[in-house]
Amino acid sequence: MAEEYSQRSGDQGAIRSAPLPPGWDTAVDLDKAPATIPDPAETEVPEALRAQIETIIARYPDRHSAALPALRAAQETHGWCSPQAIEQVAAVMQVTPAYLSSVATFYDMLRTQPTGPRYVYVCTSVSCHLRNAKAVYNAIAQEARDQSLEGVEVREFECLGACDMAPMASIDGRYVGPLDGSDAHELISAIKERRAILPGRGLEDSDYRLPWDPDAATARSAGPEATGGELKRKTQPQEGDPPHPDVSPPGGTVKDRSEEEPEDQ
Amino acid sequence: MSPETRVVLRNIEEPGLHTLDVYERLGGYKSLRKALLEMSQETVLTEIEESGLRGRGGAGFSMGKKASFIPRGTMDKFLCCNADESEPGAFKDRLLMQKNPHLLIEGCIIGSIAAGANKGFIFIRGEYSHQADILEAAVIEAYAKGYLGAEILGSEHSLELVVHRGEGAYICGEESALLDGLEGKRGNPRLKPPFPANQGLYQGPTLINNVETLCNVPLIIEKGAKWFAGLGMDKSTGTKIVSVSGNVQKPGNYEIELGTPVREIVYGLAGGPPAGREIKGFFPGGSSAPVLTPDSLDLPYTFEAMAEAGSMLGSGSIIVIDDSVPIVGVALRLAEFYRHESCGKCVPCREGTNWTVKTLERIDSGEATPMDLEILSQVQLNIIGNCLCVLGDSMAMPIGSMIKHFREEFEEHIEAARAAADRDHVTGLGAGELASAQGAGAA
Repeated sequence: MAEEYSQRSGDQGAIRSAPLPPGWDTAVDLDKAPATIPDPAETEVPEALRAQIETIIARYPDRHSAALPALRAAQETHGWCSPQAIEQVAAVMQVTPAYLSSVATFYDMLRTQPTGPRYVYVCTSVSCHLRNAKAVYNAIAQEARDQSLEGVEVREFECLGACDMAPMASIDGRYVGPLDGSDAHELISAIKERRAILPGRGLEDSDYRLPWDPDAATARSAGPEATGGELKRKTQPQEGDPPHPDVSPPGGTVKDRSEEEPEDQ
Repeated sequence: MSPETRVVLRNIEEPGLHTLDVYERLGGYKSLRKALLEMSQETVLTEIEESGLRGRGGAGFSMGKKASFIPRGTMDKFLCCNADESEPGAFKDRLLMQKNPHLLIEGCIIGSIAAGANKGFIFIRGEYSHQADILEAAVIEAYAKGYLGAEILGSEHSLELVVHRGEGAYICGEESALLDGLEGKRGNPRLKPPFPANQGLYQGPTLINNVETLCNVPLIIEKGAKWFAGLGMDKSTGTKIVSVSGNVQKPGNYEIELGTPVREIVYGLAGGPPAGREIKGFFPGGSSAPVLTPDSLDLPYTFEAMAEAGSMLGSGSIIVIDDSVPIVGVALRLAEFYRHESCGKCVPCREGTNWTVKTLERIDSGEATPMDLEILSQVQLNIIGNCLCVLGDSMAMPIGSMIKHFREEFEEHIEAARAAADRDHVTGLGAGELASAQGAGAA
């Protein structure tokens, strides 16, 4: 395992689980002038972005509070928080780019690598893990590779707050679930062809119902036994299979961290 | 008796509830009128305090007490609604904000009366973009109708309310990290004291409450503290929306009266584990709560009973683990979550979560010895109580409880994984070589 790490990072003896970003070990140039607040007169900012950031700043008693929404706005304009995007936000907010970089690198949804602009977050946190989310993620990631999907960040994500629809994914904020591996093809095709993604199975769809909850009202008053067992596997074929067939091969749970997954924070 | 007691969720199935028209038609904003026009700050505060309403976000601290800590005076005071629901297992606030945003807004306004605040923020996690859109639209409606802004309904109270989106950091659900996120910084928890009630947002006194807590406030004003205190059991008054997930047949949000037996929630409402499986354990209050075994299923679901059983009610999220799932896998997933979400400010948490993951990976890949289990327990003990916030503890406590309750399974897993790794090592020679090696051995 250690060889694998060192090969990937190109660093003999490295014990890290992922390659480090370029430039991480270059020494700081102490003679270089420190980064300062960009001069608004010299920094070109798209007019729409500037207006957006100024509106955001006006909402808060302190302009620094605009950092998160302003970076989000810049990310939507540029596809990611590129150095240029950060420079532009810094010019409008009148803070240093370094300050904004420190913020952008902290938050998972702000991208500091050009992997977007669209995203597929597959939740693999505890509740989804219990319902076989890893297999769903693998199927989606494989399908994305097979269809050579571009401009979409496909990654595992920590709890998205939708454990009732587990396993689930968020596609540009659209929550869909419960998913299983067989949904991967349709999901990725729909993203690629910019079609509606799994219509009727998104949390925001007006007719959305959990599969086991088709007649919620009667189920509630009739009590548990009345609706007992027969609902359970109608739309959840994967439930029949144990999420983890056995202990061996023992590495089965989370070992295959995919290469394209960005470094944590 | 219907096992569910729908109070906060009473109209949740009503189509169009997220619009002001429908919400008002069903009696919405009546509590606000009552609080503003018939009651004073003192009486609102007393009402909330007497209801016994406890925070629904995790800590379970009395909301009335928290609000009463806010100093009086003319300084700027703030109200923050914690809508950064990111705890694995929790999804109740999502439902409330998506279906009934005006209830939350009404709760925020009444909360701001109690705290004397006139600037409010709803910090919603960025992943809930659909819910944030709904909430923003509702805020605009409320401004247009004069429920928000200066001199609400002709009273002296004013409130500006802003929906602030996070960008994906679990730690921002911790109240002081939330304040840093709102101030546009990295979400690092602060040293306490001073508590936010004294020095919070922009150094001003700040009342921070969870979405569900604030959604209870209009009901308390409408029906009275006595009514609310009459629901529930002991010091756990009122109802609770319980998010049930994991290995159950019908995961979902169920609103119950506090004190309902856990078994009734897990089996009665959520349908129990899939057919043919048994419950191995469950998190009674989100992934941060120590795991309990099926022995605890008959306890009443209250803050006190869960604490007495060695766990906590937390955010009221029950995650059920059935007997088909290896506990080591769950522990590893859990530890990975906390490693990823640790902000890195305190060493015990930053390093402890990392080493917990590494040790569990060793256990899972067959590199561990039984001694690693002792090291693992020791690491957890070195995290608990040694950090600025409880994120590290939130990993250490459940992992510690898993080792305590399922030590045998951990030990078996270590042995099985080692045996499997040895087998792989041998088979790594290639089938032909293996056969010949065996042949040589037999001869």
